Amino acid sequence: MRVVVDFDLCESNAVCMGIAPEVFEVRDDDFLYVLQEEPDESLRPKIEEAVARCPKQAISIED
Amino acid sequence: MNKPIRRVVVVGASLAGVRAAETLRAEELAEEIVVVGDEPHQPYDRPPLSKDVLTALEPPEVGLRNAQGLDVTWELGVGAASLELAEQTVHLTDGRSLAYDGLVLACGARARVLPGTEEMARVSALRTLDDARSLRAALVAGAERVLVVGAGFIGAEVAASCRSRGVEVVMVEPLEQPLVRVLGAAVGSLIADLHRSNGVDVRLGVGVDSMAEDGVGGKVEVRFSDGTIESFDHVVVGIGVVPNTGWLDGSGLTIDDGIVCDETTLAAPGVVAAGDVARWPNPLFGELMRVEHWEHALDMGAHAARRLATPDDQAGPYAPVPWFWSDQYDRKLQLAGRVLPTDEVVLVAGSVDDMRFCALYGRDGKVSGVLAVNMPAKVVRYRKAIADGLTWEQAMSETEVKEPFVVGRQG
Repeated sequence: MRVVVDFDLCESNAVCMGIAPEVFEVRDDDFLYVLQEEPDESLRPKIEEAVARCPKQAISIED
Repeated sequence: MNKPIRRVVVVGASLAGVRAAETLRAEELAEEIVVVGDEPHQPYDRPPLSKDVLTALEPPEVGLRNAQGLDVTWELGVGAASLELAEQTVHLTDGRSLAYDGLVLACGARARVLPGTEEMARVSALRTLDDARSLRAALVAGAERVLVVGAGFIGAEVAASCRSRGVEVVMVEPLEQPLVRVLGAAVGSLIADLHRSNGVDVRLGVGVDSMAEDGVGGKVEVRFSDGTIESFDHVVVGIGVVPNTGWLDGSGLTIDDGIVCDETTLAAPGVVAAGDVARWPNPLFGELMRVEHWEHALDMGAHAARRLATPDDQAGPYAPVPWFWSDQYDRKLQLAGRVLPTDEVVLVAGSVDDMRFCALYGRDGKVSGVLAVNMPAKVVRYRKAIADGLTWEQAMSETEVKEPFVVGRQG
């Protein structure tokens, strides 16, 4: 599983960080950082929730 | 696992309805799903309507990604006309009827209209895709002067989008500050300042008395409550929404500023409600609330779908900390919680003068909300803490910065 963020779409609403802080972090510079691009399978449900709840539909999962 | 519901009808093909349908399908909670939507369009996302749809060079894609390829029967361009609970049947505006075993009511809300302007082509709300396209068309055709009636979030975003195209904007607000009943006077004045510094002619305490379309010149002549008369190329009215419950009158459901549900989102046996139209007691705040936010539609849609498939004695409450964002110019405003204009407001990070800050709202010894401008990470952290019942005392003892929230300090 690979987490892909379209940074042209991302506008740092930080919803993903609220759901999966292990993977997504919005820092004080207001930018989103993907902490693990290939996270463990156990994180899949959380990442799927982040995909669904991103207001910009900017996150996707590539298997 | 519970046996899937045989046939679920979802009334409303917007965010909440589509999310409910998606959840029913993904979690195998229903066999057959029919989604009814009164607009002819494929389900679409609203946040871009007041922003990218107005500003982008090419109109952006607004279709809901989770609606694409969803295995449901779409009934689009047809509305729900009435509901017979005893018969478990929804009657449609085209005369057909749909029987259901489970029903999701996600029929949303519509924009409030200024009486007498219903037929005016150059006066519109900014609620639907058609509204947004009509304003975009006016802007592309060279509208030079736009009036925004109402300085709420939609009005403010439209004003910002028009300004980014270089259009002259007048924004009138009958109250003494924008959003004064939502965020209080201090934060409201900050929003007014943000728009003024971006060239919007913000007029507070001013309403619209009447409007008339001038067919020849293509203008709208507006008479304001202060007696002045001016003309505009287009008028956008953003004065709130009304829940779409008229078709449910006499159905036996409790209607009171929305469809009233229990704390699990159940409105009647086998009937749930979600999104803008639903009013439910949020146990986290101990009040009956109706929430019009994007994320709320998504989450309540999912919760309601699962509720439909859950036995009564196992159903849990829907207890979110409401959250939304609003983009205006280069500022991202986010609010989480349930704030009142009378709440105490304290600045806990950043600076009001820089328009980059985080403030906490508090009442009854609890943190009731967090507001941030261009500080999204703070909102995430405080939102979690509010869900966990963060007390005001605890929040104040943990923060290094705590200043009274004052706007307009003259240096």
